[in-house]
Amino acid sequence: MNMHQTPLSAFHRECHARLVEFAGWELPVIYTSIIEEHNWCRQHAALFDVSHMGRVEFRGPDAGRFLERLNTRNIAAATPGMCRYSHMCQDDGGILDDVIVSKFEDHFLVVCNASNREKLLGWWQQQRSGFDVEITDRTFETAMVAIQGPEALATLGQLLPVPLDDLKRYRFKTGNLMGVEYFFARSGYTGEDGVEIILPANLALMAVRMLVSRAEGLGRPIKPAGLGARDTLRLEAGMPLYGHELTADWDSLTAGQEWAVDLTKDFIGGDVLKRLKAEGLRRKITGFELEGKRIARQGATILKDGQEVGVVTSGTLSPTLNKNIAMGLLTTGLSQPGTAVEVDIRGSKTPAKVVPLPFYKAGK
Amino acid sequence: MPVPNDRKYSQTHEWFKPEGDMVTVGITQFAADELTDITFVDLPKVGAQVTGGSHFGEIESVKATSEMYCAISGQVTAVNGRLADEPGLVNTDPCGAGWMLKIKCTDLSPLANLLDGPAYDKMISEH
Repeated sequence: MNMHQTPLSAFHRECHARLVEFAGWELPVIYTSIIEEHNWCRQHAALFDVSHMGRVEFRGPDAGRFLERLNTRNIAAATPGMCRYSHMCQDDGGILDDVIVSKFEDHFLVVCNASNREKLLGWWQQQRSGFDVEITDRTFETAMVAIQGPEALATLGQLLPVPLDDLKRYRFKTGNLMGVEYFFARSGYTGEDGVEIILPANLALMAVRMLVSRAEGLGRPIKPAGLGARDTLRLEAGMPLYGHELTADWDSLTAGQEWAVDLTKDFIGGDVLKRLKAEGLRRKITGFELEGKRIARQGATILKDGQEVGVVTSGTLSPTLNKNIAMGLLTTGLSQPGTAVEVDIRGSKTPAKVVPLPFYKAGK
Repeated sequence: MPVPNDRKYSQTHEWFKPEGDMVTVGITQFAADELTDITFVDLPKVGAQVTGGSHFGEIESVKATSEMYCAISGQVTAVNGRLADEPGLVNTDPCGAGWMLKIKCTDLSPLANLLDGPAYDKMISEH
């Protein structure tokens, strides 16, 4: 299979990354140690290549109306400069993807998961009739990096051509350096403060090399972190991952993401979600803390009094909390924090208890 | 760096180092690197019987869980107790301080079927 390489491929090799295939892309899973990279992000600032994520522009007179129909979140109410986390659903309410929609003066940018980009491009074509909208995939002409951690903004503030101190959470701004457009959003997928930057593919390698070496020069290193740390960081922060907590097999409410759903508006799948909300959920993504050190992986059965009551969607040994944590789909009647359950980890029943999400919240 | 040639290697990335009728067992640097940060090693108890060709324990990392296989039969005479608190030894020194078991064997002949150091290096270079 031919893998896509990101514009930062040479940088990963210089940093001795172990590269793996992920959603059709060659990406770094680890540079030195998942736990060291994880901790560096929690304590300082880490750089993630997220160029594999889909970046698609929506333009035209009906772009806003079209996105309003596709998204669970109210997009129309967003003002230019805002980013909104949202879901897109099938007619039956199954989750197609989670996305971030950024509203510009005259267009929108949707950032989606790499694994769902082609599916979504097809879905949008099917849904666009009656809408005057132009959809342009910018994934391959741009790069995207996330710089995350408590020191991220302060360090970047000294190095970037765009001042970031006035940038609020889930807001973006663009910068222009000799005709080159940069996009900075104060968002991320680690539970830490930080930014996600989009820049032209042909300048990304130089920009990242300079950024990393100049941060080093300041004595405030920004260290690269791979997909391994990205997963443990997002899991501690209770953030869902498509293919784990989010899937077409269930809906956004069941996924515990009601905050990203506006049930007062119309959108594809909305009727199903409204009905579910009225009837009450049968099961919901829930946090767990397990005894011992054996990690509950996706697919492990959750039991109560010997009866199957749920299934694990993600699990890890939390590097920050040093606890054995998991998320899973659980019968709603049992979701009270403190409820004792068991998780069948490859044949051995491990005691666990329900805990609130997120597992970890960054200090201010 | 080539793997030590004082022991034999399995296709499943365990190493077996014979000294008399005693065989020390561990996993290779390649396997430890593939697993990434090791968080837990589940090993049999001293006195347990292990059987050639069957699994003897489980190793777990942030990323994955994997079973470990024993190429020889015998009785476990020692287990590396340090791994309970320092599973990362398997990442940093898998051929030394990160060893797992010592097994007393009556029949060492299955070791003849395993790879020597250069053959194992060749196998992983083709990975």
